[in-house]
Amino acid sequence: MTQWIKIGALTDIPRLGSRVVRTPGGNVAVFRTEKDDVFALDDRCPHKGGPLSQGIVHNKRVTCPLHNFVIELATGEAVAPDEGCTRAHPAKVENGVVWLSLRQTVPAS
Amino acid sequence: MLDKVTKQKLVVIGNGMAGIRTVEALLERAPDLYDITVFGSEPYGNYNRILLSPVLAGEKTVDDIMLNTVDWYEDNNITLRKGETISMIDRRTCEVVTATGERTPYDRLLIATGSNPIVLPLPGKDLPGVIGFRDIYDVDRMIEASTAYRNAIVIGGGLLGLEAANGLMKRGMNVTVVHLLDTLMERQLDPVAGGLLRKSLEERGMVFKMPAQTQAILGEDRVTGVRFADGTEMAADLVVMAVGIRPNFELAKKAGLYCERGIVVSDTMQTYDGRIYAVGECVQHRRQVYGLVAPLFEQAKVCANHLAMKGFATYDGSVTSTKLKVTGIDLFSAGDFAPGPDKEEIVLQDANRGVYKRIILKDKKIVGAVLYGDTIDGPWYFQHLRDGTDVSHMRERLVFGAANLGEGGVSGQSSVAAMSDETEICGCNGVCKGAIVKAISDKKLFTLDDVRAHTKASSSCGSCTGLVEQVLAFTLGGDYSAAPKVKPLCKCTDHSHDDVRRVIIEQQLKSIPHVMRFMEWKTPNGCHSCRPALNYYLVATWPGEYRDDQQSRFINERVHANIQKDGTYSVVPRMWGGVTTPNELRAIADVADKFNIPTVKVTGGQRIDLLGVKKEDLPAVWADLNDAGMVSGHAYAKGLRTVKTCVGSEWCRFGTQDSTGLGVKIEKFMWGSWTPAKVKLGVSGCPRNCAEATCKDVGVVCVDSGYEIHFAGAAGLHIKGTEFLTKVETEDEALEVIVALTQLYREEGWYLERMYKWCDRVGLEQIRKRVVDDVKNRKALFERFAHSQQFAQTDPWAERASRGVDRNEFAPLAELEFA
Repeated sequence: MTQWIKIGALTDIPRLGSRVVRTPGGNVAVFRTEKDDVFALDDRCPHKGGPLSQGIVHNKRVTCPLHNFVIELATGEAVAPDEGCTRAHPAKVENGVVWLSLRQTVPAS
Repeated sequence: MLDKVTKQKLVVIGNGMAGIRTVEALLERAPDLYDITVFGSEPYGNYNRILLSPVLAGEKTVDDIMLNTVDWYEDNNITLRKGETISMIDRRTCEVVTATGERTPYDRLLIATGSNPIVLPLPGKDLPGVIGFRDIYDVDRMIEASTAYRNAIVIGGGLLGLEAANGLMKRGMNVTVVHLLDTLMERQLDPVAGGLLRKSLEERGMVFKMPAQTQAILGEDRVTGVRFADGTEMAADLVVMAVGIRPNFELAKKAGLYCERGIVVSDTMQTYDGRIYAVGECVQHRRQVYGLVAPLFEQAKVCANHLAMKGFATYDGSVTSTKLKVTGIDLFSAGDFAPGPDKEEIVLQDANRGVYKRIILKDKKIVGAVLYGDTIDGPWYFQHLRDGTDVSHMRERLVFGAANLGEGGVSGQSSVAAMSDETEICGCNGVCKGAIVKAISDKKLFTLDDVRAHTKASSSCGSCTGLVEQVLAFTLGGDYSAAPKVKPLCKCTDHSHDDVRRVIIEQQLKSIPHVMRFMEWKTPNGCHSCRPALNYYLVATWPGEYRDDQQSRFINERVHANIQKDGTYSVVPRMWGGVTTPNELRAIADVADKFNIPTVKVTGGQRIDLLGVKKEDLPAVWADLNDAGMVSGHAYAKGLRTVKTCVGSEWCRFGTQDSTGLGVKIEKFMWGSWTPAKVKLGVSGCPRNCAEATCKDVGVVCVDSGYEIHFAGAAGLHIKGTEFLTKVETEDEALEVIVALTQLYREEGWYLERMYKWCDRVGLEQIRKRVVDDVKNRKALFERFAHSQQFAQTDPWAERASRGVDRNEFAPLAELEFA
C-alpha cells in the first residue's frame, strides 16, 4: 500500500521550480510544472550526481545545472541521446497540499 | 493518436537521403499526423550515397553506409515499397501509379527522385562494360569488372570522376582519366589547385588525358576502348562515365508540374501544385540546383516543418563546400572563386610543402576559398563566408587561418586526418577522435548538433568546434551538413536572436509567455537555453518595467553564488578595483571560520573566493559579509564582474594616472548591470600594463596624455588582444565611452555572446562610429545605461540576508525523519 506523507502547500513551491525534501535516504527534489502538476525525484542527476532541484524546469522536464542533462520528471529518465535514470517517487496534489510517497530501495533478495 | 483511417496519407517517391531525411524530420515534429508510404526503385533501405566512393575503394562496406534498415521503416509504421518504381502521378485523382499499374492515393506527395548520371550520347554508350557511377548497382558492377579486367577509362575529371578513378585504382586497375578541360574539378578548383591535385594523383599512378574530347566508345560485344576527337584511340575493358548528374524530374514533368532545370519549388519546398512537395537533387530553388548533400538537409527540415503544419520556416538557398573523398588528399573549396574586377584575392603558395590557399574577398567579406594541402581552416573560412563577416580587421593574417588569429583556442592542432584515435579532441568532456568517429559511423550522425548530443564533444566551451567539424567531414568523407546561416535561438524556435530582440521592441513584449506566444514557440515553456536568453533580453530592454523571472535564471544567478560540482556554492564578495581593508579581510576570515568553509582562494579578478558553502548557509554568510560593508561581487553573473587595476600613480614610480581610482570609479558606476555574457574590465596605470587590460572585454591603458580605451579582448577559450577604440583626455570621458560601449553591447549582443564575438560579428568600425564618432548617440547610450542602473544596483545578498527575498529558495520544503 502506498504511504502518503504530507510535505507542504503547493504554493510553497514556485511554478516551474523545485524544493528539496530532506529524508534519511538523501534529498528528494519536488517539482512543480507550469500547469501545477508535481513530481518527485531523487535529487541526484544520473550523470555526475548534480542536484536536479537547482535546475531549470521546462514543460515536464528539468535540466541539471552541472552539465545540462535533461531529465523527464515523470520517470527520472534522461532524455535521449543521454542515458541514465534517477529514482522517481509518487507525488500528488490534493486541495493545494502536496503529498509524497517515498519509494524504498528494493532489497536484493 | 489518430487511427490509420482518419490520418492523412503522405506518399514519398524516392527512398534516398533527401526523402528519408524529410520523413525523419517530419516524425520528430508530428509523429502521428500522416500515414506514410515510401516508394524506392532500388532494392535496399536508405543508404548514404556520398559514401559510395569509399565502398568502391574498399574502405567501407555496403552495410557500413546503410542509414535506415528495413526495420526502421517498420518501427515507425512506414510502408516501404522497395524495388517499385512510380511511372505516373495522377494529379486529378491524387494517386501515384506504379510501373505495374497499381494505384496508391495521397493527400500530400513528396517527390525526391534525386538525379541520374549524365550519359554522353556517344556511339557505343550502351555496350557492356560502359557504366555510370550513381548507385550500389553501379558500384557492384565496377567491383566485379575490377576483378576480371585490367584497364579502365574514366570520362570526367570532376569530383565524381576522380573518386571513381581512385576507387578503381585501389581495386588494382590501371586507370586513365579523360577530361574535357585542362583543369581538374574546374567547378571547385582554380588552375593552380587543380594542378597540384593532378600532380599528387599522378604520383599515385593515375594517368590523365586532358584536355581531350571523347568521340566514340569502341567495341563489338563489349567495350574495347575509346576514340578521341583528335583521332587517337586508347584501349580499355571498362569505361565509367562520370561527367555529371542531371536532376531526375521526368515524372514530375509528365504530371504537368512546372520544371526548368529541375522541379521548380518555392521557399517552402512546394511545387506549383501545393499538395506536392519536392526536395533534394531533383529540385530547382531560386534558379539553383544542388548536387551536394548539405543543402538537402536544410531543405528537408523546411519541408518537414511545412508538412507538419508548423508554419513559417523557409529555405533561402545554401552555400556549399566540397571536399574530395580521396584518402590522403586534403582539398577544400567553397563559394565563388572565379576572378572578377570587384574581387580581391589573398594567395599563399608553398610548392615544397604542397600547400596552396586562396581566399577571395568582395566588399570586405569572404566569398570563396580554395585550400589544398592544409585544409584545417576550411570550416572556419566557410563559417565566415556564410555569416558574411566583415574580415577587414584580420585581413593581413587571414590566410594563416584561425589558429594564427588566436581563434583556434587552446588546442592549436593541425590536421585531423593525421591524428591518432586516442587524440583528445574535446578537452572539456574528454572525448577523443576515435569516439567521435565511432559515434558518427555507428549512429549515422551528420551534423555538429548530432555529434554534440551523442558524444558531448564541442558541447561545453565550443573551442574544439572546428576540429569536430573536421572529424565529421573526414569521417563522412565529404560534404556534411553545416550549421545553417542564421542560427535559431534554440530548438524551441526558428527565430534568431536578432529576430527575438527586434520583435520584443517592436511589439512591446514584456514577459516571457508573451514573447513565446507572439513568436509561436514550439514548446510550452521553452528550455534551459531560451528562457535565460529571453529573460536577459527583457531585463535589458525594459528596465524597471519587466519583472525578472527567477525560474528562468540559471541557478547561479537565482541564488547569487556559483554552484560547484558537489552542489555546494562559492561566495565572492566585491572588492572595488581589487582594493580591500584589514576589516574586510578580518570579516572574511571570521566567516570562513564560523561556517567551516573549507577553501579560501584568491581569484584571477583580484578578489577572494570562499568555496564549499552549503546552500542553506548562504543568507547567514552574506549577512556577516554585509555587516562588514561588503556586497555581492556578481562572480556568478552574466554581467559586470570585476575591474582589475594596478596601483597606478598613487604608488607606482611609473604610473601616469590614478588607475586604481579610475577602476574603482568605473566599478561603482557599472556594478549590478546585466550583460549578454560576463564583462571583465582592467585599468593599467601605464603602458607596462600590469592589470593586463589588453586582454579584457574593456581595458584602459593610461598614458601621460590621457586614457587609451581598448575593447574586445579575451584570455579564456580564445586568446585575443583587444582592439583599440579611442583615446580620451579625462576620466569622465573615459567613463562615458566605456559605459556607452557596454550599453551598445547590452542592446545588440546575443545572449552568451562575449564582447569580442559581438565585435567580430558587428565590426569594429560600426561600433566606433556609434560610440566614439557620434557624440550624441554616445550620450544617449550613456543615459540609457544610467537609467537602467537605478533598478539594477541593489545588493542581491542584502535582499536575501536581511529582507527575506526568496526565503523559500534556501530552506528545505520539509524534513522527514523516516523513509
